[in-house]
Amino acid sequence: MKEEFTISIFTENHIGLLNRVSIIFTRRHINIESITASESEVPGIYRYTVVVNETREQVEKVVKQIEKQVEIFCAFYHRTEEIVYQEIALYKLPTAAISNGLGLEKLIRDNNARILSLEGEFIVIEKTGHKEETQELLKKLQPFNVLEFVRSGRVAMIKQKENLTHTLVELEKTHHSEYKN
Amino acid sequence: MDALLKMLSDFNGDFEDSKPSSKSNINKITGSEAVLESLIAEGVDLVFGYPGGAIMPVYDALYNYRDKLKHILTRHEQGSVHAAQGYARATGKVGVVIATSGPGATNLITGIADANIDSTPIICITGQVPSHLLGTDAFQETDVVGITSPVTKWDFQITSAEAIPEAFAKAFYLARSGRPGPVVIDITKDAQFAEVDFEYKPCKKVRSYFPYPKVDAAKVNEAAELINNAEKPFVVFGQGVILGKAENEFKTFIEKGGIPAAWTLLGLSALDESHPLNVGMLGMHGNYAPNKLTNECDVLIAVGMRFDDRVTGDVNTYAKQAKVIHIELDPAEINKIIKADVAINGDVKDVLPMLTNIIVNKEYGNWLKEFKKLAEIEKEKIINEELHPTKPGLTMGEVIRIISEKTNGEALVVTDVGQHQMIAARYYGFKNSRSFITSGGLGTMGFCLPAAVGAKMGMPDKQVVAVIGDGGFQMTLQELGTILQSGINLKIVILNNDYLGMVRQWQQLFFDKRYSETEMVNPDFVKIASSYNIESEKVSERNNLEAVIEKMLASESSFVLEVKVEKEDNVFPMIPTGASVSDIRLE
Repeated sequence: MKEEFTISIFTENHIGLLNRVSIIFTRRHINIESITASESEVPGIYRYTVVVNETREQVEKVVKQIEKQVEIFCAFYHRTEEIVYQEIALYKLPTAAISNGLGLEKLIRDNNARILSLEGEFIVIEKTGHKEETQELLKKLQPFNVLEFVRSGRVAMIKQKENLTHTLVELEKTHHSEYKN
Repeated sequence: MDALLKMLSDFNGDFEDSKPSSKSNINKITGSEAVLESLIAEGVDLVFGYPGGAIMPVYDALYNYRDKLKHILTRHEQGSVHAAQGYARATGKVGVVIATSGPGATNLITGIADANIDSTPIICITGQVPSHLLGTDAFQETDVVGITSPVTKWDFQITSAEAIPEAFAKAFYLARSGRPGPVVIDITKDAQFAEVDFEYKPCKKVRSYFPYPKVDAAKVNEAAELINNAEKPFVVFGQGVILGKAENEFKTFIEKGGIPAAWTLLGLSALDESHPLNVGMLGMHGNYAPNKLTNECDVLIAVGMRFDDRVTGDVNTYAKQAKVIHIELDPAEINKIIKADVAINGDVKDVLPMLTNIIVNKEYGNWLKEFKKLAEIEKEKIINEELHPTKPGLTMGEVIRIISEKTNGEALVVTDVGQHQMIAARYYGFKNSRSFITSGGLGTMGFCLPAAVGAKMGMPDKQVVAVIGDGGFQMTLQELGTILQSGINLKIVILNNDYLGMVRQWQQLFFDKRYSETEMVNPDFVKIASSYNIESEKVSERNNLEAVIEKMLASESSFVLEVKVEKEDNVFPMIPTGASVSDIRLE
């Protein structure tokens, strides 16, 4: 059965690595729902967060193929309930929407959104939350004439104390790098 | 955290103290010279390649290095990469290829993909357009790193001369360590021209790369427990035994356990075929007994193999009754196809001695008798007629049998892909490890001739016999030019049935004999060979076959032997696609 999995991948910051990761999905005909990349708490080590809808068995195999890449330190997959995650959405509306009497201010307040920027002719509203929440706000903002909408990929952390540092220390302990032949 | 940061300190690899290059001091040399010095520092003395625009600075530098680095000019870049594969497979060393940008690099792709799926350590050095032209659709520009990423273990683009020594050190370490594989290094032309303070430090570690897991002793104990309680244990082994240089450890293991062992196509030659516990070949055209009994054993011990679909047939009916132990270096192979009851992640060279230590010395007389019984059936129904035919037409099997007899099972046999490949694997009777070289995972027609050139270059004192079909020969026959120019002594046997035989066999069995585009009108192979100044003969009658094979093997120079074999012979046994290993057909 397919379900939503969030894959966290810890990598070197090298040219071409994102391609190496993405083709692992392409080759298996798996669609990437969202992907984000940033530096981790360890300087020089980057992390990608990838969301897919797949069977656990397939995700497990994909994660092993990702870890097999030379410049990937490690990768993990989690079900949605095992992680804390967030996304950010931006909405561009005409400035006139504030004063048209339809209650934009209340909508922003009730949805824990905020006005990020006021640019003369238009405003940009920001909301962080899960996809359903930012999607719901989009629906509510439609009467105000949404000019543009964008949502980021997911960023996620696991609900456990273990972190990258812990994993890397374990990997060092359980492997050696010596070429013997 | 501090300790970790130190561990991960800002370098890509752990490099040994500087080793003086073959030039006496650290000095300024060009990027091209740095490429060649790096190769020499890694012990390379032979490279295969083909020049062209974007790699010309390296070729210019090579002119001054001819005494240290021998270069073999092939007739096509595909020939270079297959030759490097053949060299690597025969010697266990890293094969090196040099090619130019664009078409030079794209012509390597088949060989790179082949090396990737068959875990062959090679390094391909490709020229690239100058860095300021990257991405401009410049003349002979191709995104080589982009194209090769799906089929390489590692690939890297160098745009400055300073990066050369470190990239090469890393490339060699990655190509040969862990599960070996191909590496591509793409070097822009300006980086080849620029100067660099050359200093070479071999790489011993890459911080994000964990090639050798420490073996989990608890898993080894679990495996030993299963083996010690087994009544019908069965070992299936692959190339991991050869790549791990663990042939002796493997032999000791099966001998102590008394366990019958069968090989995958790439595992062939790791264990002497005359060994009493060697029960033959697995898979689609493998032997009757090991395929049938895969579904009868109670403990299946897979050693350094990856359960390719040509080995397993239908996975839903594969060894369901057995507990499966999988000993494998690459964690991505574990549970990929067949779920392991006990998975031991590690180099077979590390794992096997641990396991041998704690298994009980046993013999399984009755179980071995079952293998013998089925082997007898196969012999009667298939093998006898294949090796000693009573019909007038020549069989591939009798040709291979005679070559085997005349070379004592000790030649290095290189094959192409198809019926002749299966026949060579089934009937040669290999005695020494690394003496069978073939394109397994990718099934690359055209592999044989150039791979045999590389194998002969790597093992000049060995009798190297290339066994090729008429179809595959014509895919890379221009490499006869390489043989002519290099003057090597290679024996080339073309088993000619004027068909793409394996495809024709499938058409006969599964497509109502509709022989769609498999019949070949072939040229005169003897004339082709003679135009390359290579001795050649054609045989179509049984009465002079043996004498001509003797003549070929005794010749001091290369020899092309064309044998006209029966046109519509089939390779049996056979597991039809999608069928179970135990449904293997004898006819």
